[in-house]
Amino acid sequence: MIRCIRHVAAFSLLLLLALLANAARVQVLHSAEYDANPANRRAAIARWGQPRGDIWAGGERLTGSVDTGEGLRYERTYPDGELYAPVTGYASQLYGTTMLEDTEDAALSGRDTRLAPLPLWGELTRSLQPGGQVHTTIEPAAQRAGYAGLRGRKGAVVALEPSTGRILALVSSPSYDPGLLSGNSARVKTAWRRLLADPRQPLLNRAIRQTYPPGSTFKIVTAAAALDTGVVTDIDAPTRTPSPYNLVGTRHLLRNESAGCADAPLREAFAVSCNTVFAKLGATVGTPEMARTAAAFGFDDEGPRIPSPALGSVFGDTMDAAQVALSSIGQFDTRATPLQMASVAATVANGGIRMRPYLVDEITDGDGDVVARGRPEPLGGPVVPGYVARLLQQMMVDTVTGGTATRAAIPGALVGGKTGTAQHGVDNSRKPYAWFVSWAQAPDDSLPAVAVAVVVEDAEARRSDISGGGSAAPIARAVMEAALS
Amino acid sequence: MTTTAEAPPAQELPVRRRTGASLLLLALAVAVTWVGYAASGVALTGRVPPDAWSFAAFQGALGLLALGAVHRLAPYADPLLLPVPVLLNGLGLILIHRLDAAAPGRDAAPAQLLWSMLGMGVFLAVLVLLPDHRWLARRATWCAAAALALMAAPIFFPPVNGARIWVHFGGFSLQPGEFAKVLLAVFFAAYLSGHRQALTYVDGRRIRGIHLPPRSVLGPILAVWLVSLTVLLLERDLGASLLFFGLFVVMLYVATSRPGWIAVGVLLSLAGACVVGTLEPHVGVRVADWLAPFAGIEDGRGASQLAQSLFAFGHGGLLGTGLGQGDSVLIGFAGTSDFILATAGEELGLSGLTALLLLYALLVSRGLRAGITLRGDDFGTLLATGLAVIVALQAFVISAGVTGLIPLTGMAMPFLAQGGSSVVTNWAIVALLVRLSNAAGRPGARTEVTEAP
Repeated sequence: MIRCIRHVAAFSLLLLLALLANAARVQVLHSAEYDANPANRRAAIARWGQPRGDIWAGGERLTGSVDTGEGLRYERTYPDGELYAPVTGYASQLYGTTMLEDTEDAALSGRDTRLAPLPLWGELTRSLQPGGQVHTTIEPAAQRAGYAGLRGRKGAVVALEPSTGRILALVSSPSYDPGLLSGNSARVKTAWRRLLADPRQPLLNRAIRQTYPPGSTFKIVTAAAALDTGVVTDIDAPTRTPSPYNLVGTRHLLRNESAGCADAPLREAFAVSCNTVFAKLGATVGTPEMARTAAAFGFDDEGPRIPSPALGSVFGDTMDAAQVALSSIGQFDTRATPLQMASVAATVANGGIRMRPYLVDEITDGDGDVVARGRPEPLGGPVVPGYVARLLQQMMVDTVTGGTATRAAIPGALVGGKTGTAQHGVDNSRKPYAWFVSWAQAPDDSLPAVAVAVVVEDAEARRSDISGGGSAAPIARAVMEAALS
Repeated sequence: MTTTAEAPPAQELPVRRRTGASLLLLALAVAVTWVGYAASGVALTGRVPPDAWSFAAFQGALGLLALGAVHRLAPYADPLLLPVPVLLNGLGLILIHRLDAAAPGRDAAPAQLLWSMLGMGVFLAVLVLLPDHRWLARRATWCAAAALALMAAPIFFPPVNGARIWVHFGGFSLQPGEFAKVLLAVFFAAYLSGHRQALTYVDGRRIRGIHLPPRSVLGPILAVWLVSLTVLLLERDLGASLLFFGLFVVMLYVATSRPGWIAVGVLLSLAGACVVGTLEPHVGVRVADWLAPFAGIEDGRGASQLAQSLFAFGHGGLLGTGLGQGDSVLIGFAGTSDFILATAGEELGLSGLTALLLLYALLVSRGLRAGITLRGDDFGTLLATGLAVIVALQAFVISAGVTGLIPLTGMAMPFLAQGGSSVVTNWAIVALLVRLSNAAGRPGARTEVTEAP
């Protein structure tokens, strides 16, 4: 009997060892794998178990958190959600994160190791830090002016500080309230489906995630290429261009919207936006040089990360003479995001130096200490020499003082601009897009303080008025005024 | 080792009353419980629970009362047998209280506290009313009848969550099967010790090298066992079936010293598993879940309870999240009963889980030790072994089930899991073990070496 009890004891010991070995397998060997399983809600519970850090603009709080007392405890709130949705994006318990909520998620959720008071602190305590605060470069006044100016029409506004690349306004319209997507209730699912099904695409960030044919605003790039390559040396010399102009190798006759384009000098042609002159200039400069200048301005590259990824803009480098002529007036395959055209204006305003656009000014931890800072950074060397930039500035100023863009003028400030009307649809059947790009310099500043690009998709007006000068220029003016003051 | 067990002791070993050691261990158990309660309170509410001191005082007072009873009524008992259950019971209350806090509206801890007090009452009652365990041997038939009646009772009550294991009256519900297992162990011990000679040495029929005892000896035992299994299958309480079966096989093996019984037991359990597996659909589900715990997630049906349990254990890692800081409440149903160990695993980590399992190992080893020391008292030896095996099997089957080592079978982790009948029964088991170890440690007990040749 005794021997058998010892056997029982030995067998019990064996069972204990099996239990412990298996526990070690589950708790140590597979621990990370189990934690990462999508059906394991622990990560989400921890993530939403503390209020997210907030996103700020000029001392204004763009986000908040509300304690729901539920399993996923804190939900995101957005005091002025529709206005700032293109900046913040949403932080949804069901549908993930976008825009700054996505790119800065590590800091906002407290996961970022830079937030920890000591190295390895987070690993040791196995807990999240209090969420970091993300301070953006957005100027609330400029953002409001742009959003108000669009009045719910489809379109976008981007404003940059030319000398730094700081993004002062990032507007997309129509917008949505990201707060509708914060939680995990049935209402959130309904809102999500409704937003996805909306034909006006409110979730689309048109400022950085939509490309448009830039139309005549692209003539800034064409003029830059013509001046840089020496095709034009005197902006007041006649360009010997017929009107209408026969595209090389085709029977297509290119016409102008405005009169006085025959043989117009570059300055004149820029101010009244002569298609013929710029088509001929583009053809004369040639595809390789046009493509090189466009690339220097940022075309034909993957879009910048601001830090949300923007779509790339397109010019192309395998075009025949007729195609490059059309591309040079912003048609054919040329496409640009509003951010890209704002960057073109900013580069001209900054004397030819293109700055990387950025949205995050600084990130602070729970104590207010700065843990990361956005820094101005030039993108490559000068896009065009300084004298070319100055000539371009002059022509843009002339366009505002006596050309198509008089409606962008701000009393007392130096304003340069360029209108654009991009036709689209089969045989240009649909309403054209109205473009306007510009920059403005306050009287006592040495440099332009703001560059803006505005695009309005469905301007409800007469065709001649849809031109950038009519629909888009007043919006740009309001944004520039807000940014200057 | 076996030789020392067979040979008479060379000299009288000094026998000491070890109440002092027991008192120290009891204080340690109360202290550990207090720290755990305070830690979970700080994690959940930000402060030490205001009733932490009174709870510790209460636990200490009850422990002292029990220790006093042991000191007077069973002075030679094993000093570990009382402090270990006090600690396990305390930890169980902490874990249940902590899970209460995570699930609004659930308030299981106060009831469990009442049941624990009742359990200690039963502990005292057994010590007082049963001065000599051999009295039980003479009540074997009565025990068998009572056990069968208790097991059959739930058939007349509605099933809860698919299992007919509850008896309801008034506002109370009981699981009579919990009490039945002690009575069955008593019956098996009495019957097997009474018929040991016949079972071991008489020539029965021989089937393929296995000696079978005569039908007259084996009949009653098989009958009781079959009836109990049938009843349990009717009640769909597979955990208890497994426990009774394992208990029966082990006690038979210890009584007869014939490994053939193990073989018979394993064969019978395999056959039983096949039959049950085909008759009971939810057994198949459990096995499938064990083979592929995450299949439900891949199919989009969400995480199964076993998967949630594994997540909880995995999240605990080596050191655990700390009491009150885990999310084992995600396991949902039966989180405080069958899956209570997952909370321990998540919040105390592998280190805490190991300590907890070692406490059970300690309890089981002290029970088996009492059995070994009770030389010459076949009934006592078998009863101590059986009681220790009840604890060991329960702890193993449910621990291995919730950690994915074997298919999950519903069973209560002794002292830790929520369940009044279980905690009362386990205190009764501890009382019997105290009584048995006292008999084993009594001066002179070791001189009565009259083991059969």
